Amino acid sequence: MRVMAQLAMVMNLDKCIGCHTCSVTCKQTWTNRSGVEYAWFNNVETKPGQGYPRRYEDQDRWHGGWKLRRGRLELASGGRLRRVLSLFANPDLPRLDDYYEPWTYDYRNLTEAPLGDDTPVARPVSAVTGAPTDVRWGPNWEDSLGGAPEHAPADPVVEKLGRDIKFSYEQSFMFYLPRICEHCLNPSCVASCPSGAMYKRSEDGIVLVDQDRCRGWRMCVSGCPYKKVYFNHKTGKAEKCTFCYPRLEVGQPTVCAETCVGRLRYIGVLLYDADRVGEAAATEDEQRLYQAQLGVFLDPRDPGVVAAAERAGIPHDWLTAARRSPVYDLIVKHRIALPLHPEYRTMPMVWYVPPLSPVVDAVAGSGFDGEDADNLFGAIDALRIPLDYLAGLFTAGDPEPVRLALRRLAAMRSHMRSVNLGEPPDPHGPAAVGMTAETTEELYRLLAIAKYEDRYVIPTAGIGRAHELEGIATKCSLDTDGGPGMGDGGTGTGEGRTDLFVWREGERPAGMFPTVGRKS
Amino acid sequence: MNLLLWGVLPYLTIAVLVGGTVWRYRHDRFGWTTRSSQLHESRLLRVGGPLFHFGLLFVVGGHVAGLLVPASVTRWFGVADETYHLASLTAGGLTGAATVAGLGVLLLRRWRTPAVRAATTRDDRLMYPVLVGTLLLGMVTTLVTNGMGGGYDYRATVSPWFRGVLLLQPDPALMADVPLSYRLHVLFGMALFTLWPFSRLVHAFSAPVRYLVRPYIVYRSRDDRLAARPARRGWEDR
Repeated sequence: MRVMAQLAMVMNLDKCIGCHTCSVTCKQTWTNRSGVEYAWFNNVETKPGQGYPRRYEDQDRWHGGWKLRRGRLELASGGRLRRVLSLFANPDLPRLDDYYEPWTYDYRNLTEAPLGDDTPVARPVSAVTGAPTDVRWGPNWEDSLGGAPEHAPADPVVEKLGRDIKFSYEQSFMFYLPRICEHCLNPSCVASCPSGAMYKRSEDGIVLVDQDRCRGWRMCVSGCPYKKVYFNHKTGKAEKCTFCYPRLEVGQPTVCAETCVGRLRYIGVLLYDADRVGEAAATEDEQRLYQAQLGVFLDPRDPGVVAAAERAGIPHDWLTAARRSPVYDLIVKHRIALPLHPEYRTMPMVWYVPPLSPVVDAVAGSGFDGEDADNLFGAIDALRIPLDYLAGLFTAGDPEPVRLALRRLAAMRSHMRSVNLGEPPDPHGPAAVGMTAETTEELYRLLAIAKYEDRYVIPTAGIGRAHELEGIATKCSLDTDGGPGMGDGGTGTGEGRTDLFVWREGERPAGMFPTVGRKS
Repeated sequence: MNLLLWGVLPYLTIAVLVGGTVWRYRHDRFGWTTRSSQLHESRLLRVGGPLFHFGLLFVVGGHVAGLLVPASVTRWFGVADETYHLASLTAGGLTGAATVAGLGVLLLRRWRTPAVRAATTRDDRLMYPVLVGTLLLGMVTTLVTNGMGGGYDYRATVSPWFRGVLLLQPDPALMADVPLSYRLHVLFGMALFTLWPFSRLVHAFSAPVRYLVRPYIVYRSRDDRLAARPARRGWEDR
């Protein structure tokens, strides 16, 4: 047993209202630079829908993730030699159009257009070439099923269901799926990187790109089945979600989690057995991959695990955090969080509580009591489409784990309503789904009360380094022009650089104007 | 003049190539990349890219064979000079043609695709003409001087001179009577090697050979010196 610790995330999809605050704050923090205009380390897509980049889930086309070849794991895009031989033109690389062509508007025309009869307009221009462009697709083109009758049937998960899904307004179902890098236990992007620039941090499992080692071979972009590694077309380097490691190192949640208005994200420590990852990822039956991954996680209360973890050098406060981990509770204890597309065999570490709300809405919409457990239980099974669709997302098509998670959520709703209304709660409610009144209320506190300190249990990188780490958090270690941290961190002017924000009137900042040939 | 071109210039080139590469590696690892533009355009790249790069690998192999292996060695192996000439002409012609064709496609793509054109930097604009010049002159030496011109035994002059340079015993006299095409090719080549460390060509030095043998998943420990790391140069300064 080789114990490793991982900072993982769970998102409660029931609470996501698709406001994109996470996407916007993430973008402002990490990708508001030229070269990554099109990149959203965090994006929220409407499901069913093609997603971003378009149809990224269609691995027959993109060859992301892993496949089994004679029982052994191999990159879906082929072995090492094949990777090296396709360096000069990666056959699986998405085009910019598969994401979308980033654009801005010619705002200048609004103020500089000559006097005329027509109101001047700001026409869209491409952010890549500067040429006028037609906006035909965007990072969230299908927001809230916009254009769904036309686009959503091309959702790869819908296609796999092989059944007619209604996308007319009255009959549709939908939910939002916020996505960040999965920081997988068996990351295929890392395995695809020819230069060895991508790595998984051994302390916290965060998957990062070493910007100084990346040589722009772009194999990671196609290797990631979630398409969460992006190619910066200005710097020629791969960039990806960093899990906001400068924040996590000082115990703060990621920007997307911190700013989530629905308070639906949970961050905590999971202990896992690194020796069993390969074996679990090579599980023959796709639908058993979810259970296989559960089998890799270790119980932080098990004395044997604790002893092994201490031998492996995992700090004491990390073990304490692991015992309080909301992520462990949602994934392992309550079994209501599920991995996204386990069939890619990357062992993703951002898990999702499936949304019960499409079911509740359907029940309530048909005039029945949408909070009644029996009604909900019936509806979960009767409304086959949401269940099967969710299974296509979270369990490679096995409806049982999804059914259990939804039933537990339904039982919790119904139980808590009785409690709130002062009715005697039905003792069989929680028991019907293998829970007790106590665990149900615990789950309720975690999901519905969702206190900040319960959602985020993040051990810091090291007490002894606290002072130094503060420096990292306030002045990001990636703060280089064109680097992912970008900007000066508000410290004013560095050598040879001028920060226009701190340029006061009447001053003449050094380095702003050339001084060659001046006598002074 | 002869001494300057064939006795001094080669060493200046080597000095710039080696020194420049070391400097670039130490000071600009962030800028060390292929700067691939496949994101913008894939269709032409999938033709031109492999054609150029694989062609170039063979061309480099041909140069190694032609310049570093003395004629006496191939003769000792029983290869007749006529056979060698024919082989080098055919192989060089074919792989050279593939390389030039590939580069042609790539340059056309760079010219015609607005996004790729916009991604072209100053050092590209300087490097590409030299690269094209070197390749075309190489084709001239192979096809015109050595082929149609009835054959020229560069293994009696250029190759010994090249080996002399490497062995620190340069003999500029060897290059005195070499056909103009060869001399221009060598000069363009030296210009290309001078630009090498300062252009995107550096990516050739990071050919990922180790990938074939390393474990799939790379683990790294947190770099505790991060906070003390000085700021590196960014893209915008360029």
